[in-house]
Amino acid sequence: MSDLLQFLVSGVTVGAVYALVALGFTIIYNASDVVNFAQGEFVMLGGMISVAGVAAGLPLPLAALIAIALTAAIGVALNTFAIEPARGAPVVSLIIITIGASIFIRGVTQIVLDKGTHRLPSFSGDDPIHVLGATVLPQSLWVVAGAVAIFVALWLFFTRTLTGRAVLATSNNRLAAQLVGINTRFVMTLSFALSAAIGALAGVLITPILPTSFEIGISLALKGFAAAMLGGMGNPKGALAGGLLLGLMEALTAGYISSHYKDAVAFFVILAVLFAFPRGLYGSNPVERV
Amino acid sequence: MKRIVTGAFALALVATAAATPALAEIKIGAVVSETGPASSLGDPEAKTIRMMVEELNAKGGIKGEKAKLVLYDDGGDPSKAKTFATRLVEDDGVVAMVGGTTTGTSLAILAVAEESKVPFISLAGAIEIIDPVKPFTFKTPHTDRMACQKIFDDMKARGLTKIGLISGTDGFGASMRAQCIAVAKTSGIEIVADETYGPKDADMTPQLTNIRNKSGIQAVLNTGFGQGPATITRNYAQLGITLPLYQSHGVASNAFIELSGAKNAEGVRLPGTALLVGELLDPKDPQKNVVLAYKANFEKAAGGAPVSTFGGYAHDAMRILTEALNKAPSAKPAAIRDAIEGTTGLVGTTGTYNYSKTDHLGLDLSAFRMLEISNGGWKLVK
Repeated sequence: MSDLLQFLVSGVTVGAVYALVALGFTIIYNASDVVNFAQGEFVMLGGMISVAGVAAGLPLPLAALIAIALTAAIGVALNTFAIEPARGAPVVSLIIITIGASIFIRGVTQIVLDKGTHRLPSFSGDDPIHVLGATVLPQSLWVVAGAVAIFVALWLFFTRTLTGRAVLATSNNRLAAQLVGINTRFVMTLSFALSAAIGALAGVLITPILPTSFEIGISLALKGFAAAMLGGMGNPKGALAGGLLLGLMEALTAGYISSHYKDAVAFFVILAVLFAFPRGLYGSNPVERV
Repeated sequence: MKRIVTGAFALALVATAAATPALAEIKIGAVVSETGPASSLGDPEAKTIRMMVEELNAKGGIKGEKAKLVLYDDGGDPSKAKTFATRLVEDDGVVAMVGGTTTGTSLAILAVAEESKVPFISLAGAIEIIDPVKPFTFKTPHTDRMACQKIFDDMKARGLTKIGLISGTDGFGASMRAQCIAVAKTSGIEIVADETYGPKDADMTPQLTNIRNKSGIQAVLNTGFGQGPATITRNYAQLGITLPLYQSHGVASNAFIELSGAKNAEGVRLPGTALLVGELLDPKDPQKNVVLAYKANFEKAAGGAPVSTFGGYAHDAMRILTEALNKAPSAKPAAIRDAIEGTTGLVGTTGTYNYSKTDHLGLDLSAFRMLEISNGGWKLVK
């Protein structure tokens, strides 16, 4: 019983990490249909810049705020200098641009910051909490709470605010959105800033659990992308569910079957799900109007 | 426009030719992973190699000739490493090569070295590099097989024979896992649990829970490199497992204690080199002066960056090469190779090297020190 609980705790912790990354994909995807493969780099920057700030003697909350603001600015710069000039290009080209940007960001990070691996101190200490024979680290609760909070904020943003609906409208039809008076250029800038900020916040939250280095972004983006595809790209509910499911599958496979097949089983399930629901669990069905 | 550019280029060529002194130079080639995923290893290696060539020239070079270093950064990519090694041999005309930060890049470079018969000293761990012995390839780091032997010897001395193994799925972790399983059979160690994890996983508590539940288990060994072992150490403390925990030589650095948290890492044992515990060594220890001198020089040259085992591998390779170049009767590759094979009793930071025609590793188990983490620092296990 306590073993199962420990596996579930592990799965939810890891799943929340994936969900945080997956949530970051949502806004840019909704605004432009682009899967931003530099999203993992935003998470990495959030962690690395906070680490640098703390090392320079800043208190953690201030370092985290600076990291989030700087990363948002980098997101805006990515849009202004790389995505915006290629506006007419097909979505695939834009996705490839984001891959290029991610390589660039990695390279600059290892020169400007450093090549080492770092960890932030846990927000509320490292003493595990004992629950029915299983143990939870306080930082895991922070990560789960962070994922849920970002999910709620995104859900409210897309359903309750005019700006959020403008983002969705831009994604649906850019020209029509412009015709009804939406500043689509501003929407794109905003979506990159928000996605980068969410990524950076995720980075700050997870760095006490998963040490960060300049190259951590690739593996995070891949797992986050898998989670987002599983749940349904563009839907915050899907990102949260997909991340948690992926984490739980990995932990339960490692616990009950074999850790050697942990990733294989998870990806096999993703394939099976996508076979039955090609747009993911919560993906919207495409409506073609003729 | 084109003509002007060509003209300027030709002029520059003439100027360079005129500026080059008539004195002969000894060219030493290096290919390391200064950037890319293995940069935490390759960066101190590159710094060390540059520093040692400067030191060498400041002391008057080799037999009165200046040494010139040609160093390329392969970014951790074996195919780039191969291209750069070929360039070193064919275009730059180096007399010997040092480098190959990872096993992958080392294997790529050694193919070029063996084909063109240029001596090569590798800085990577895998035993495949020198077993079977190849005529022109040497290496300075210990093999993971030796690390397994050292750890198992220490376990048996403490009466621990039933152990759990948990390994990273990266190249280092997988290779050492295979070696440890092979060595265990002949060392009287029984592996009762065998788990793996991805090198960038955030949580390994399911694997550790299963290991803890194995009946009769007495100790746990983690073969891994990078951040995985630090996460294991934190999860180990989180679960409150009290069995002795052993880590590999891959994480023998202060960064490991920092990432794990000193409290969580308390009591963890691992095989490391003398470099890590220079101050703790017995004053009569032959390695003491060597490691303290390298540490001081490196930290000055690298602007305060802490010394690492990997830089130490490069230090030893350069020492071996310099000595061989000084001894060799000519700068012909075969003569240099014979001189490297003749290296005996050379005290490096990793251990004391005794190469021969049949041994291109040159180290024995005494080169490893069993270390224990205590109060956030290191302690020598006697």
